[in-house]
Amino acid sequence: MDLLEYQGKQYFARYGIPVSPGGVADTVDEAVAVAEKVGYPVVIKAQVQVGGRGKQGGIKLANNVDEVREHAHFILNLVIKDRHGNGYPVRRVWVEKASDIAEEYYASFTLDRSAKKHLGMLSARGGVDIEQVAATEPEAIAYIRVNPSEGLSEATCREWVQAANLNPKAEDGAVAILLSLYRCYTEGDAGLAEINPLILTPDGKVHALDAKVSLDDAAAYRHQEVWNAFEGLEPHDERERAAAEKDLQYVGLEGSVGIIANGAGLAMSTVDIVNQVGGKPANFLDIGGGANADRMVDALTVINDDENVQAIFINIFGGITRCDEIANGIVEAMQRVTLRAPLVVRLDGTNAVEGRAILQANQSDRLIMQPDMLTAAKKAVEIAAKN
Amino acid sequence: MAIFLDETTKVVVQGLTGKQGQFYGLRNRTYGTNIVAGVNPKKAGTDVEGIPIYATVKDTIEKEGAEAAFIIVPASVAADSIVEAADAGIKLIICVTEHIPAHDQARIYNWLKATHPNTRLIGPNCAGILSPGRANIGFTPTEVCKPGGPVGVVSRSGTLAYQALYELTVQNIGQTTCVGIGGDPVPGTSFIDVLEAFEQDAETGAIVMIGEIGGTAEEEAADYIKHHIKKPVVAYIAGMTAPPGKKMGHAGAIISGGKGTAAGKIEALQAAGVSVANNPTEIGGLVAKALGR
Repeated sequence: MDLLEYQGKQYFARYGIPVSPGGVADTVDEAVAVAEKVGYPVVIKAQVQVGGRGKQGGIKLANNVDEVREHAHFILNLVIKDRHGNGYPVRRVWVEKASDIAEEYYASFTLDRSAKKHLGMLSARGGVDIEQVAATEPEAIAYIRVNPSEGLSEATCREWVQAANLNPKAEDGAVAILLSLYRCYTEGDAGLAEINPLILTPDGKVHALDAKVSLDDAAAYRHQEVWNAFEGLEPHDERERAAAEKDLQYVGLEGSVGIIANGAGLAMSTVDIVNQVGGKPANFLDIGGGANADRMVDALTVINDDENVQAIFINIFGGITRCDEIANGIVEAMQRVTLRAPLVVRLDGTNAVEGRAILQANQSDRLIMQPDMLTAAKKAVEIAAKN
Repeated sequence: MAIFLDETTKVVVQGLTGKQGQFYGLRNRTYGTNIVAGVNPKKAGTDVEGIPIYATVKDTIEKEGAEAAFIIVPASVAADSIVEAADAGIKLIICVTEHIPAHDQARIYNWLKATHPNTRLIGPNCAGILSPGRANIGFTPTEVCKPGGPVGVVSRSGTLAYQALYELTVQNIGQTTCVGIGGDPVPGTSFIDVLEAFEQDAETGAIVMIGEIGGTAEEEAADYIKHHIKKPVVAYIAGMTAPPGKKMGHAGAIISGGKGTAAGKIEALQAAGVSVANNPTEIGGLVAKALGR
């Protein structure tokens, strides 16, 4: 789960990381109320799950109530676009007391999958895209790899801060914040905890001006009370929301070939093969092991509700769940769900012969069998193109 | 020969008294796996279809000589189960549990390396390990495999490994061992660990390696293959067309910051002399060709 900036700041605050006083607002009046409370000047920031909001007018400084009204109205009507051109309407803003900035830094923790250690990155070049800094000025980033079974000591943290060449005035504050950020990242079960910019104020204080936090869904069971408050606002794909409710592994895509496969690897592979033969997948869906009639009904319902879908490709490799059980599940599901698009089915693996015989007996122009993945993908793409 | 597991390996199942644990534990025993015990402190002294249940892993080592642990327990207790097995002295731990928090995985991985360097953890979130005709620990369907070698299979994905076994079997090519290393960000056993074992295994004549998007394990494996593997390797990488920033079912299958793409992995593997299949079905034919059949 990726947190919005204000949620990330709330999470930071739990671990003692200093952030600016502020509040959220869903309307212009609410924005004014927050501004009056924290005092002018304030910064109004669009709360969306996408980078580049500043360049699109999603962050504005307001010196008085009239400016708050003007800017909050403007931002709350913005649609922020990501790199692919997808639009994210702004539904909420964060209003916080503006900070005087002497210097801007960058700090983050994430997992280095290769080293299997926690990776800390700290740079005196903050406020800009860190990947750009890494590409053009790699020496401007100080890296640290922390052994997860040992943790980060204050002494090691201080050496790291010194290696980053921050202003000496920022050293103590940065060490304190980084130790807190490490705790937020580890104890808080974050996959990413990033502050960009981390600022030094003219009076020598260090604090977080932005927050990017991604939480590890697998750890939700031990943070229920706190994390539940973060759910709901995220602009989920409606299809993804429906699939999650049915406990299906689903990723919404933009094409017209609906996909059901068993196993994450096979489902990825199915998306690939549909693309390879010139089609466009509508989704990734892993129905999991034990694809019985109920699971098949759930999966088909989610895909059937996607209006872009013109053909549905069911790609199953039977293992312990036998193909004859799966075939019966498909036949039963077709009786329970009125499908808008035809099914193309490939069955292989355990009891494939029996499974295919069951489908054969029910074959029609709405249920088409194909012997292997490639021909099945081609058939599904051909049908989707015709409809 | 098989790697890591054969019919003599004495296995304790942590989670045998649970529904899933019982189903797969008994299924594995029926196939020939030497399952000697289960663990559940609340049910010590009872049995599951004749398999004695003990309170601790340590007891199963003392009483039954357990050497390997099959961990099939809920995610919230999986890390503790791994620690218990390792501390008790188990040298081969197979953990199939999905959804163990990433920080727990990283902590366990480094703790094992530091305190139990000779203990092998396979998984988590993996299909397990199957040595066809000998023994099976985990989910892998034995219906699709063929004993006798000469192909070793290693895969992050379960279903794609099953399909690889099937494609080999329909070509009348047997397998030595199939190792599922799992789809999580910090697997206990890497591609390289398994490649090394297959290279040393006299009965393994070729290797199938199935990777997917996310991380750099395939690139690291490619580098290792280039320098250390003389046997032919056939690979397949899933996720060629996966959108960046989206977790594709597995916790570890995500392209982030432009890293972990299938294209990069395929390029690295091809540069190391590996034949890369365009789809899973092609694996069988490419292996047959590599073996000169």
